[in-house]
Amino acid sequence: MPNRTPFYSFHQEHHAKLVDYAGWEMPLHYGSIIDEHHNVRTGAGIFDVSHMGRVKFSGRHARRFIEHVFTRRVTDMKAKSCRYGFVCNEAGGVLDDVIVYRFDDHFLMVCNAANREKLLAHFQSLVGEMSVKIEDQTESTGMVALQGPRVMEMIGKFSSEVPTLKRYAFTTKNLLILKLVISRTGYTGEDGVEVILPAKMTGMAIKLLLRDSGDLQVKPAGLGCRDSLRLEAGMPLYGHELTESIDPISAGLNFGVTLDKDKTEEGQPEIPRFIGQDALEKIAAEGPTRKLVGLKLEGRRTPRQHMNVMHGDQAVGEVTSGCLSPTLGYPIAMAYVDNAQAAVGTNLTIDFGKQTVAAEIVPLPFYKHS
Amino acid sequence: MSVPAGLRFLDSHEWHKLDGNIVTVGVSRFAIDELTDVTYVDLPCKDNTVAAGDTIGEIESVKATSDIYTGVSGKVIEVNEAAIEDPAVVNNDPFGEGWLVKIELSDPAELDKLLDSKAYEAKFPAE
Repeated sequence: MPNRTPFYSFHQEHHAKLVDYAGWEMPLHYGSIIDEHHNVRTGAGIFDVSHMGRVKFSGRHARRFIEHVFTRRVTDMKAKSCRYGFVCNEAGGVLDDVIVYRFDDHFLMVCNAANREKLLAHFQSLVGEMSVKIEDQTESTGMVALQGPRVMEMIGKFSSEVPTLKRYAFTTKNLLILKLVISRTGYTGEDGVEVILPAKMTGMAIKLLLRDSGDLQVKPAGLGCRDSLRLEAGMPLYGHELTESIDPISAGLNFGVTLDKDKTEEGQPEIPRFIGQDALEKIAAEGPTRKLVGLKLEGRRTPRQHMNVMHGDQAVGEVTSGCLSPTLGYPIAMAYVDNAQAAVGTNLTIDFGKQTVAAEIVPLPFYKHS
Repeated sequence: MSVPAGLRFLDSHEWHKLDGNIVTVGVSRFAIDELTDVTYVDLPCKDNTVAAGDTIGEIESVKATSDIYTGVSGKVIEVNEAAIEDPAVVNNDPFGEGWLVKIELSDPAELDKLLDSKAYEAKFPAE
């Protein structure tokens, strides 16, 4: 029996097509994946992302602990800011990609649903002598993402502060008994926010939101369009672009790794080395052998994960994700390709089994909001 | 009732509608709902000869790619160019405007081996 998020009845009311996703009963769509995709690009969509893991770290050594497991520095983070990065294994392989939120007196990590149990076990095994309390708050809270060019207009009706937040900043709000964490983050390539709230309050919150959104028409959006939106925006998805055998340097996600983060700076407390740092330093020094690239395909067929990328009759890479881009109108894919063939402008083909389709390497992201 | 009466089905969700000696083939609403938005349809060439059980095309959606089979043998006399042009028609009306091919039957007895509408719906009930 899969878990249900606090928004389960909301999904039912909106006639969601529900599917099992990482052990959660989640909406794939509420009618049409493509319509929901367009609505997020042009208006405002609301996604239930309560299945994402939410793990709180508190105690005297919380900072030190996160520095040990996370690829970016958290010591210099200001309270009420977030940072995207990775939890790696010793070989530099990605255990998960996560966002760390820094509060005044604790940290919160938002991780992928499919990796939550694995990460919790990983963290427990590393506590040792450190005084850190690790609390899984996934089921006691809910989380929604409001995404689209008209979201800030709507949020402005509730709060004058939120529209002034910088990207990757967050604020906390206490509305009567409703306690919210609102961050300017998302996974669609559009402006928007993600909101964490107590599980018991989700029904009330969503009614307030939809009632006061007026003619802006915030429409529910499912996991189907979340995938095509993030792909157009060139964002990696765990299990596709990221796995335990892929390191973030090869994935071209160097911005999510601070290799010299343990270098002590004037007036800052000591920062331990992070798990995977040795391996990632070596990979960065030698240079990765393959590269994550964007591909634009001819025709209208949808490239799928694991299809071979060909140069002549030689396989030079593998597709990690693909879709017929609803915004651009042509098929796109992300793929790992050998360095020698990975330059923008290179002409390759994709092996569809019965046929091959021409593809050209294009810069990532495929889509950038104006 | 979401499945029209008088059709014949394969377990792989293709419907067959007999009119004279011409059979129209399409994909059921149940299958389309599972596939989600259809993005691409590949169909055989007109005048191709097909045999019952053959793959006659492919249907792709946001979610998956699936082969299309025929439950009858014969000659392809027409393909739905409108569905190739705009695959959304298959989502909007799978039992009507979203038909895929018309086949001139060579052996009418083959239809009797397929599930009738009632048996198909019992096997794949709508949600």
